[in-house]
Amino acid sequence: MKSYCIIGNGIAAAGCIEGIRSVDPSGEITVVSEEKHAAYYRPLISYYLQGKAAPERMGYGGEDFYARNGVRVLYGRKALRIHPEQRTVELDDGTLVPYTSLCLATGSSPFVPPIAGLDKVKSRFSFMTLDDALALEKAVTPQSRVLIIGAGLIGLKCAEGLSGRVAGITVCDLADRVLSSILDPECAALMQRRLEENGITFCLNDSAIRLEENTAYMKSGAILPFDVLVLAVGVRANVSILRDAGGEVNRGILVDEEMRTSLPNVYAAGDCAEGYDLSTGQKRVLAILPNASMQGHAAGVNMAGGHAVFDKGIPMNAIGFFGLHALTAGAYEGELQEEKTGSSIKRFYTEGDRLKGFMLIGCEERAGIYTSMIREGTPLSSVPFESMKKAASTALFPEKVRRKMFGGVV
Amino acid sequence: MKRVYVNEDWCLACHLCEYNCAFANSGLSDMALALKGKPIYPRIHVEGNERIHYAVSCRHCEDPICVKSCIAGALSQKDGVIRIDEQRCVGCFTCVLVCPYGALAPSEAGVMQKCELCLENASGEPACVRGCPNRAIVYEERGEAV
Repeated sequence: MKSYCIIGNGIAAAGCIEGIRSVDPSGEITVVSEEKHAAYYRPLISYYLQGKAAPERMGYGGEDFYARNGVRVLYGRKALRIHPEQRTVELDDGTLVPYTSLCLATGSSPFVPPIAGLDKVKSRFSFMTLDDALALEKAVTPQSRVLIIGAGLIGLKCAEGLSGRVAGITVCDLADRVLSSILDPECAALMQRRLEENGITFCLNDSAIRLEENTAYMKSGAILPFDVLVLAVGVRANVSILRDAGGEVNRGILVDEEMRTSLPNVYAAGDCAEGYDLSTGQKRVLAILPNASMQGHAAGVNMAGGHAVFDKGIPMNAIGFFGLHALTAGAYEGELQEEKTGSSIKRFYTEGDRLKGFMLIGCEERAGIYTSMIREGTPLSSVPFESMKKAASTALFPEKVRRKMFGGVV
Repeated sequence: MKRVYVNEDWCLACHLCEYNCAFANSGLSDMALALKGKPIYPRIHVEGNERIHYAVSCRHCEDPICVKSCIAGALSQKDGVIRIDEQRCVGCFTCVLVCPYGALAPSEAGVMQKCELCLENASGEPACVRGCPNRAIVYEERGEAV
């Protein structure tokens, strides 16, 4: 009988469990979980602060998920090292977990910037895990002034979550705009305005050079008092366990399309993995939930002796604040084409006969049709793209394609 | 499994399917009471151009990217049917971003909704199919992709 070990217990791990079980109903599965929670949907933590999600309703796959799939979970345990020759994983309590195949679903960790005086700040948080959100909730009061360092997805979702629960929220970032990794200046300005209309204050193009317990001294000379500090400057893939075992890593753990690492019988999936980005043709960490789920599933199938590839990964983000949603996908490379109305912006990036990426704000309708055009490499010459840009519709696909989509097997 | 299929040659673009859908999912027993004078939020919509029309609703994909992408665990697949738990949906639009058919859209309440084949409502079978005057929408078995 095969034995599987999964290090990590997020969505990639959950997908891996399902992938394994789709091929092998009986092999032993052991999950090493640092967090003392069953697998849960991590992006819900900001919605928890808003009262739109509850810890008991965040779990993956129902309450019997592990029991149903015959999974042993070791909660609160950390995997220290892999012994590839012996095919064992050594845990922090000395336990050796043997494996036939191993999946690293170790996720990422918040990057802690080297700011002078950071150690003097007692009320300091990250915003990555449910425990982070619970601790942050405990620390804030209606009088709290919150300073969030980082105006990316995590920092801003944290700001939205805390909105209305504290006296003030300031978000600072080195970049000159919010969500700089996914939005261009014009789209970012729209989103920033929506956030400001809801009471969030920004300090952009600026960085904290020194901190005291309740004060941030900014490069611009600004002095920002705070009661609670949230660090959301970015994340780093957790790669060290593989690197220490001699495996190949770059920014993430390098994987092929079958999610294999450079070490035999060792796979990786999710935020820790660096796989193929279809939209750029480059290797890249695609730290988003859908890819974690799909990569995990592919890894699991292959670990159990089946065959699955994950070769359609692209960056995709649906992110909204106070009712304004930005939907983005793919690479912002090539020729730019845009469609604007008074309240919305659509930007498309094309290269030759292909759609490479897009950025939509304030217009969500049927955006998945655009995403599928990137993923499927739909030739732009096969659709009236001028009409498609204005309003996504499957009716614009060639008849043969349409008939297959709505009359054929799925 | 049985799915909803459309034949664009027969669709008259009458939009009756949209009304039947909204009514079947309204929970009310009187169509006028449910729909009259109100904006409707059907889970099927007629698409097309000057020449062709057809109705689009969830395809109930065997390998559903929406389920794998949902950040809230609101979408699930059971016995082949993709369902959404509207209590769990946080309205993030990730499913809208990934569905290649454009089959999900917000409800009046702002969370996403989709076709669940009327299996859970009083209709018991797809109301769009039952009400289509030209049999342009059918509910039948055509096999699976894999």
